[in-house]
Amino acid sequence: MSEPRGTEPHGAEPVGAWPIGPKPMPRRFHQARWDEPIIFELSQPGSRGVLPPPVEPGILDAVGDPAAALPNSVRRPRSPALPELPQLHVVRHYARLSQENLGVDLNIDVGQGTCTMKYSPKVNDQLVRDPKVADLHPLQDASTVQGILELLWRLERFLQEISGMDRVTLQPGAGSAAIYTNVAMIRAYHASRGDAAVRDEVITTVFSHPSNGACAKTAGYKVITLYPDADGYPELDALKAAVSERTAALLITNPEDTGIFNPRIEEFVRVVREAGGLCSYDQANANGILGITRAREAGFDLCHFNLHKTFSTPHGSGGPGAGACGVTQELAPFLPVPTVELDGDEYRLDHDRPLSVGKIRPWYGIVPNLVRAYAWIMSLGAQGLREVAETAVLNNNYLMQQVLRIRGVSAPYATGRRRIEQVRYSWEELARDTGVHSEDLGIRAADFGTHYWTSHHPWVVPEPMTLEPTESYSRTDLDEYVAILRRVAQEAYDDPEFVRTAPHASTVHRADHGPLDDPERWAVTWRAYRRKTGLDAR
Amino acid sequence: MASPSGRPVRIGLVVNPIAGVGGRVGLKGSDGAEIVARALALGAVPESGARTVRALERLRSEAPAGSVELLAAPGPMGEEPARAAGLPARVVGEIAAGATTAEDTRRIARSMAEREAVDVLLFAGGDGTAADVLAAVGTSVPVIGIPTGVKIHSAAFAVTPEAAGKLAAMAARGARLRVAEAEVLDLDEDAYRRGSVAPRLIGYLRVPQERRLVQARKSPSPAGEALALEAIAADVVEGMEPGRGYILGPGTTVRAVAERLGVPKTLVGVDAVRDGALVVADASEDDLLGFVGDGPAAIVVTPIGGQGFIFGRGNQQIGPAVLRRVGREHVIVVATPWKLASLGGLPLRVDTGDPDIDRSLAGHLRVTTGYGDRAVCRVVA
Amino acid sequence: MASDEEPVGAHPYIPNSGRAVREAMLEAIGASDIEELYADIPPSLRLGRPLDLPAPLRSEAELVRHVEGLLARNTSTREVLSFLGAGCYAHHVPAVCDEVNSRAEFLTAYAGEPYEDHGRFQALFEYASMMGELLEMDVVNVPTYDGFQASATSLRMASRITGRPSVLVAGSIGRDKLSKIRDYLAPDMTVELVRFSPATGELDPEALRAAMTQDVAAVYVESPSYLGVVETRGEDIAGIAHDARALLVAAVDPSTLGVLRPPAEWGADIACGEIQPLGLHQHFGGANGGFIATHDDPRFVMEYPSRLFGITPTTVEGEYGFGDVAYERTSFAIREEGKEWVGTAAALWGITAGVYLALMGPQGMVELGEGMMARTRYAMDRLAEIPGIRLPFAGSHHVKEFAVDLTATGRTVAEVDAALLKRGIFGGKDLSAEFPELGQSALFCVTEVHTKDDLDRLATEMEAVLR
Repeated sequence: MSEPRGTEPHGAEPVGAWPIGPKPMPRRFHQARWDEPIIFELSQPGSRGVLPPPVEPGILDAVGDPAAALPNSVRRPRSPALPELPQLHVVRHYARLSQENLGVDLNIDVGQGTCTMKYSPKVNDQLVRDPKVADLHPLQDASTVQGILELLWRLERFLQEISGMDRVTLQPGAGSAAIYTNVAMIRAYHASRGDAAVRDEVITTVFSHPSNGACAKTAGYKVITLYPDADGYPELDALKAAVSERTAALLITNPEDTGIFNPRIEEFVRVVREAGGLCSYDQANANGILGITRAREAGFDLCHFNLHKTFSTPHGSGGPGAGACGVTQELAPFLPVPTVELDGDEYRLDHDRPLSVGKIRPWYGIVPNLVRAYAWIMSLGAQGLREVAETAVLNNNYLMQQVLRIRGVSAPYATGRRRIEQVRYSWEELARDTGVHSEDLGIRAADFGTHYWTSHHPWVVPEPMTLEPTESYSRTDLDEYVAILRRVAQEAYDDPEFVRTAPHASTVHRADHGPLDDPERWAVTWRAYRRKTGLDAR
Repeated sequence: MASPSGRPVRIGLVVNPIAGVGGRVGLKGSDGAEIVARALALGAVPESGARTVRALERLRSEAPAGSVELLAAPGPMGEEPARAAGLPARVVGEIAAGATTAEDTRRIARSMAEREAVDVLLFAGGDGTAADVLAAVGTSVPVIGIPTGVKIHSAAFAVTPEAAGKLAAMAARGARLRVAEAEVLDLDEDAYRRGSVAPRLIGYLRVPQERRLVQARKSPSPAGEALALEAIAADVVEGMEPGRGYILGPGTTVRAVAERLGVPKTLVGVDAVRDGALVVADASEDDLLGFVGDGPAAIVVTPIGGQGFIFGRGNQQIGPAVLRRVGREHVIVVATPWKLASLGGLPLRVDTGDPDIDRSLAGHLRVTTGYGDRAVCRVVA
Repeated sequence: MASDEEPVGAHPYIPNSGRAVREAMLEAIGASDIEELYADIPPSLRLGRPLDLPAPLRSEAELVRHVEGLLARNTSTREVLSFLGAGCYAHHVPAVCDEVNSRAEFLTAYAGEPYEDHGRFQALFEYASMMGELLEMDVVNVPTYDGFQASATSLRMASRITGRPSVLVAGSIGRDKLSKIRDYLAPDMTVELVRFSPATGELDPEALRAAMTQDVAAVYVESPSYLGVVETRGEDIAGIAHDARALLVAAVDPSTLGVLRPPAEWGADIACGEIQPLGLHQHFGGANGGFIATHDDPRFVMEYPSRLFGITPTTVEGEYGFGDVAYERTSFAIREEGKEWVGTAAALWGITAGVYLALMGPQGMVELGEGMMARTRYAMDRLAEIPGIRLPFAGSHHVKEFAVDLTATGRTVAEVDAALLKRGIFGGKDLSAEFPELGQSALFCVTEVHTKDDLDRLATEMEAVLR
């Protein structure tokens, strides 16, 4: 049988085999390709998708048309040029676009390493559609929202136990927002001790998420980055050289995005704290260590979790997620307002916190995701979380073993050692042999119904691929994923051009990125595109 | 770099037909007639012609009809691969029968740039060939390197022969390609053969940039690189003290500092500035000693040559005597994050020729990677 | 909280947790037990005991019952008559919005390429495009976390563009948003408030003129303001800013843009705001997205920290591809040299807002805006009839919110709201702490979901409470 390379020839034989033959591995995937126009192109003047309720005669009689009284400088002169579609056309358009998207529910999503693409249980999605979550206003009297306040309070306590920290806030919008919140609290802490001017440096590592440095910079700090040594660890001696009386904090991830756990993390923390700095633990990669090791035991002052990673809330095509920050008692006064408090058996929101860094967002947190995270933890318990971590790590090491049997790939650093939550691989050998790059391989994987992520920039590991299986995938899932990688890698050797011009069985073909960096051609909206290309008749 | 509309893009083709011939038989390179003879005796087949044909086939398939006017050096240096790829070419230059030489490469490349006014020079070979092209054309014309040699350290080369053909086709299509300086490196051949790799910076060629087509570990787009260089330069200039002399080493990163000061920079040499003004251009070691005198001074350097050397490769003028007078604490190392990432965990290195100075520089130092941003890197002697 | 006992069998969320599979996989990797995989974690860092968490509810039925039991102690706005707004709004959420954002492909995807995840790129490009029409601007970001972040980032952008460190902010801004802005702009930027007219609630242009200096990067104004008032002097405000070579940043409510002129047309350089009103439920304040829009000027585009999705050709004619525009200004590309930072924010809500705008269309947005203005005016008139009640900005234009001053009644807002609560009404937000100059004032919100009966009932109950 010929290898699938796009559209299958069929009808060559009148009758198929009986019983029906086995399915090939990798499967003969083809993504939906609707060649769907931009929604504006579907517009039919006069169409309506949904009708707002009309103003009742009693109101019209009483007040007339207040909009007509707006001065011309304030009244919108023309209705906005939005598309006009009947309701079914809107439904169909977005249903088609959704088919041109993958998701954990559809693919073996172990390729988005560091994103922790685990299963988001449907029951939790159902719970948050309840009006008693979805239709609560944040300013309702506390007596009318005791249920949700109790849930948030309990979730805080779960995360306190999981991290070992004394207080938790569930306000941040996601991981980077949580990092920023921690940095704001660090800044407030040093300011309260009169050290703000002196302590103007933050130390981080290049294998930590770029937001660690970027948030610190935004908050006014100078950033010192530690690059890895030849074994992939940040160097303790480099840290000692970086630390001084100017050090405000260390922001570090462990295990880092390579999946390697730095066993000397306690020493790192001690060095910084002895110099008067604080230590903040980016726990984006916590999935593999739940119940096994905590921020507390390593001596951290702050930490943060990504609830859309470790705690199963869905990723939403890029948000909303949810973040949580944990702090020691010493830093608790600086937590953002409001905090959730329990007085006797009444829950309330406390806005009266004079040392707080203030508001980091409107209201109290990404509540629907907080409800999901709560339910997920309740469904697993301590033993379940332990199973999550151990299975994720087992899956990761199993996957690594299988992947390393593929020609052209390697796992730099920590050779022969086990990894925790993810592994960063390198396709450098294959790239040198074939001229095919890691990005090309990842794109060709789309032709088999999956994908992978390379790495944050700069690429310390050349031609990178970062995989994180989590606990959600079965052994057969992992085997199938490896079969896809093996196939794509083999194609790179046999027919590199075919891989470089992928995808061939996806929603669209290879894009030309030239316009995207060219101010004269880039178009972030349809109106800009029409204007710049001269298509605009208006 | 796009051609004016209508006129075909004029591409010059110069091939080193024996580049890399030593590689497959383990002889590490092909400089020198003796090495070539040994390689051929060992049964080596020159591959550069075949790889050139691959590049030209890609050019033919991707360039619109009539958009390319190809000028080829004679025989195996261009005419033959062009014919094999089905590309019509006008032959330029003359060679004697028999083995071609580096001098042929230089002469014909120079003629293509000056007399024939090619828009792009497409050359095939290794680092040695790039050095010849550099000597011939400098930065007068953009070049694209088809990698056929064994020693491919220069960023002047595309990642594969096909990528080179594709870049040339993009130029032919009038694509707006940014052109950036790429280091041209060369090895000490004998040392390389003895197993010691230490490339030497000998200059810069102008190379069209397209992500993923050009050599080097994932490099940033020119926009990203420019942002990083501006940030580094802003940081260094802001920290400059009145009355202190600053020795500026070679390289594009240090050049960004000079640009911010508004002074000219010798790209492969060392310049000296004080209070925002150029004092010595292309300084020798003696010039630098005179410049420093007994006064306060500092040195701004960047790793050169892909191996992380901050002293000892391409900036030997900043010798041990100069370093002794300036002092370790006034050495400012600048590098973009991509450059540091490309070290892959290996440390920065120094080789001044004086073991004591080398030892004094070893340890950890802060590298300026942006505005207010530092990296702490290990330095070994 | 008690710890639990050993579970039996595999957990539904963990396929490889069954004993047989586990042992087979350990054998496959040559490990004798799981502990070996954690060899790099030193004993001193081990927790060494089970986490102290409640016994798990492993069956779905138990879990649902438990969570619903907690939620039962909530009263939703569907069960009472709510007039709460102040940045979180009870608009009607069309069923199609909930349908689209529940689809697994959108809900469970994340950061794939514009090939296998082409759908979300197109959906977000379309969202940005529709917002662009609403705002009459050519560049709109992939949503940031919320409207607070959008305002704060817009001000930082203005500072980067102009090279100046200070901003002048309309004094009617909500104090929560102001707190966020102050924190986010620290340490290198300063924020100064400019008074609003006590008669109109609008920003006082003369006060603005007096406060203007050459250090000002931007003037920040909101319309409608936090207090519900529509700014009518926008062009004057823009003139004052531009004369001093400062930028005008205008925060607007997109649900009002069917009836209000978009800020780009009265001189705003950067428009920003919150998309929650466009098809998102209230979620106890837990559903937000922030938009930032500008003209297509590279000086502005290069200052966005967010992702910007652009349309681009593919190798097939007529096919639409997508990708990141000027990616290398972001922290994803160049870490701390990037603009601020970018992370996981609110993509699904952006897609939802796009669905909302497509359903509503031009006519729907006009009807929405005009309808809210009529209902709001009606509510204001009915309440103004009640003895002791004063509307501080009665003569100004309002779309969906208005302040009600109860000072003359001798009652506090807290007392009145408590009394209304007993009668099944969530009354307006208490403004007395944020704006003491307004005395005992409350902020009432009226949207298209309120009927005439609802508004009559509010007036009747209010009168009863105050009697």
